[in-house]
Amino acid sequence: MNRRLLLAAPFGVALLGGGAFYAMLRGLQTGSFDPRGVPSQLIGKPLPEFQLPGFSRADVLARKRPVIINFFASWCVPCVDEAPTLMALHQRGVPIWGIAYKDKPAATQGFLARHGNPFTNLASDEPGLVAIDWGVTGVPETYLIDAQGIVQWRFVGPLPDAAVDGLSKLVAS
Amino acid sequence: MIPELGHFALALAIAFALAQAVIPLWGAHRGDVRLMQAAPALALGQALALSVSFGCLIYASVMDDFTVLNVAENSHTLKPLLYKITGAWGSHEGSILFWCLILGLCGAAVALFSAPLPASLRARVLGVLALSAFGFELFTLIESNPFARIWPAPDNGRDMNPLLQDPGLAFHPPILYSGYVGMAIPFAFAIAALLEGRIDAAWGRWVRPWTLAAWCCLTGGIALGSWWSYYVLGWGGFWFWDPVENASLLPWLTATALLHSAIVVEKREALKIWTVLLAIGAFAFSLSGTFLVRSGILNSVHSFANDPARGVFILGLLGLLIGGSLLLFAIRAPLLGASGVFAAVSREGALVMNNILLCSITAVVLTGTMYPLFADLLLSQKISVGPPFYNATVLPLAAPVFVAMAVGPLMSWKRTALMPALLKLWWVALIAAIVGIVATFGMNALPALFMAAAAWMILGAFADIIERIRLFRIPLASSLSRLVSLPLQAFGTTLGHAGLGVTVAGIAGMSMAVQEVVLVKPGATVHLAGYDWTLQELHDAAGPNYNARVATIAVRRDGRLITTLAPERRAFTTQTMTTTEAKIHTNLTRDLYAVLGEERDGAAVLRLHDNTMAPLIWLGALVMAAGGACSLADRRLRVAAPKRAAKSDALLAGRT
Repeated sequence: MNRRLLLAAPFGVALLGGGAFYAMLRGLQTGSFDPRGVPSQLIGKPLPEFQLPGFSRADVLARKRPVIINFFASWCVPCVDEAPTLMALHQRGVPIWGIAYKDKPAATQGFLARHGNPFTNLASDEPGLVAIDWGVTGVPETYLIDAQGIVQWRFVGPLPDAAVDGLSKLVAS
Repeated sequence: MIPELGHFALALAIAFALAQAVIPLWGAHRGDVRLMQAAPALALGQALALSVSFGCLIYASVMDDFTVLNVAENSHTLKPLLYKITGAWGSHEGSILFWCLILGLCGAAVALFSAPLPASLRARVLGVLALSAFGFELFTLIESNPFARIWPAPDNGRDMNPLLQDPGLAFHPPILYSGYVGMAIPFAFAIAALLEGRIDAAWGRWVRPWTLAAWCCLTGGIALGSWWSYYVLGWGGFWFWDPVENASLLPWLTATALLHSAIVVEKREALKIWTVLLAIGAFAFSLSGTFLVRSGILNSVHSFANDPARGVFILGLLGLLIGGSLLLFAIRAPLLGASGVFAAVSREGALVMNNILLCSITAVVLTGTMYPLFADLLLSQKISVGPPFYNATVLPLAAPVFVAMAVGPLMSWKRTALMPALLKLWWVALIAAIVGIVATFGMNALPALFMAAAAWMILGAFADIIERIRLFRIPLASSLSRLVSLPLQAFGTTLGHAGLGVTVAGIAGMSMAVQEVVLVKPGATVHLAGYDWTLQELHDAAGPNYNARVATIAVRRDGRLITTLAPERRAFTTQTMTTTEAKIHTNLTRDLYAVLGEERDGAAVLRLHDNTMAPLIWLGALVMAAGGACSLADRRLRVAAPKRAAKSDALLAGRT
């Protein structure tokens, strides 16, 4: 019996490995697993103080509801890729607040006119200083802030379509 | 039109593969000889269809047919012809088709050379090969069709990653893939043996040459990849313990263990279950390495367009192949007969020790490669495992392998004493000790130790031959006549073991390498490692699809011109990417290596290396592969083995 168990062990190991790889692949698709990512230092911490033309930290906290904050720019090609995903989230009633990073307001308006405006509120971080405080590594970058103003999740790069369902459930509830 | 032909040929290959999987396996199950005999013809048909299909892809690439998406994304009218051809396996879609082609060719090779095999074993081997080919061809057709069209066609293609436009890399994938895919044959033999419920010495004799051939390719492929990263990436390093490098090292380690354990099956009918598991393991590592790279789970320089959706398909395929075979193993392996007995101190014992050590190294490398992924998945922790981990864990495990390698071949089968074998090596130990002591003058203690180990391995490898021809103990003439009549396999073992010694010597010698980064104006001279490096001039040059900046560096020693190096910095226009083209002057014991960096105010950044003994690293791998080829060329293995097997089977049958 022991011998049989021993000979079945490789199968067990392969089964576990296969399961784990499946979980990783799912994670890659939904954005919850990113082997390349550098973790954000903000996760689990309160939102840093900021004051921008458009909105400030106080405005985010005053909502007392979860909100998604998206850094984008008119000059950023992956942001064009991301636009339909953000629009899909917007149509599901997910509040997305946008921060235009190192972008001229006129250019930002042109971008939103071309690709649709998914943002409930729009702020401009033309000097890019708030992005430094947040530890933004590039655009687009997306943050999920909970009702208490704690940063719960961050995603680098264009949001994958597969993330729409999960995010709308999280934020709508 | 031609791409449609290729597409059709691919579909035809799938039909062949399905037939080749179902008919012979069913025939072997039913004992129907006619069904079993269908296998070889089907295997040849599949290989032919795949060759046509891949030929069509090369044609589309060479003809700059940008209506084919794959060509438009990876080629350009200005790309040199060589890279238009090799680009066919440089892209994701093309490389998977290429993978299928090699698997098809393996099937054809088995079909052609396996006529003396028992009919049911032959049918099952070909059936299992076709089953895995069917899965990968289906994946190619459904998820990554290289013949997909694009309309409207772009005016020109996007060109290939400039890093890959290099002759070394052009031939790295075919050789490496032949190694990876070649492991499918021992795998098929293992599954066939499990289905048959029987393994004997003849099986071991049949599996070994195929494993050996795949192992040679794998060795060559890994060495070529390492060499490429040495001279193209321009870091002067040769092995980075990058996850993708590890993914190729794992099947190599497992295949090396398999090579040795198959000897025990062949000679002594022991270790059967273990050998079957190794055969499955080697193929499983080959497959999962590819999967991890392609799905985007592992980070690497081998960035294909990563697509998790494709990853799910491949994972499913691997689950069926690997999971299925291990399930079969769990069910059928207990039926495989009891093993021949041997004492702990014996040739078998030494081979078991080899297996234990090699598998421990495999486990360590596997842990190092996978741990960051699992830590991320389960603990949400970002960890990177780098060279310090591998140096601390692999070296202590490799050291006993190095020591035992010289002793093992001198031990006799079944039961022996350790002392006589060790006594035969006294002169090897003496020379190794001297080498080690001399080395401490030039390098640190650890590399000097490995230098001694290298000498021990190289000389120890020849000790076996010297013993066999009784050199200096009988007249020289009779020694020579003994040498001539030695089987090639003996030289294969010697070369294989000595080759590893050469590689180890190269790695140890690299610890003496010196490098310097300097900012110099034309006309200035730098002194490094006893050489005078003079930057003579900088000029622009135009290539077919890039513009280059070339530095001319004269290297002199004591006023005598040794060589002129012309490293380049190439700016590729289509991909807007800059690559550095390192230039190397080698005399097989040291590399003078120069890289051109950025320029400022008329001065250029130069990186100059003097890499002592670096060429030995790849030379050693070449010697290892040559040893494998030598062993493969042994007439006994090719011709006599099956006949002898048949004869001994007949003898056994007569006796019982």
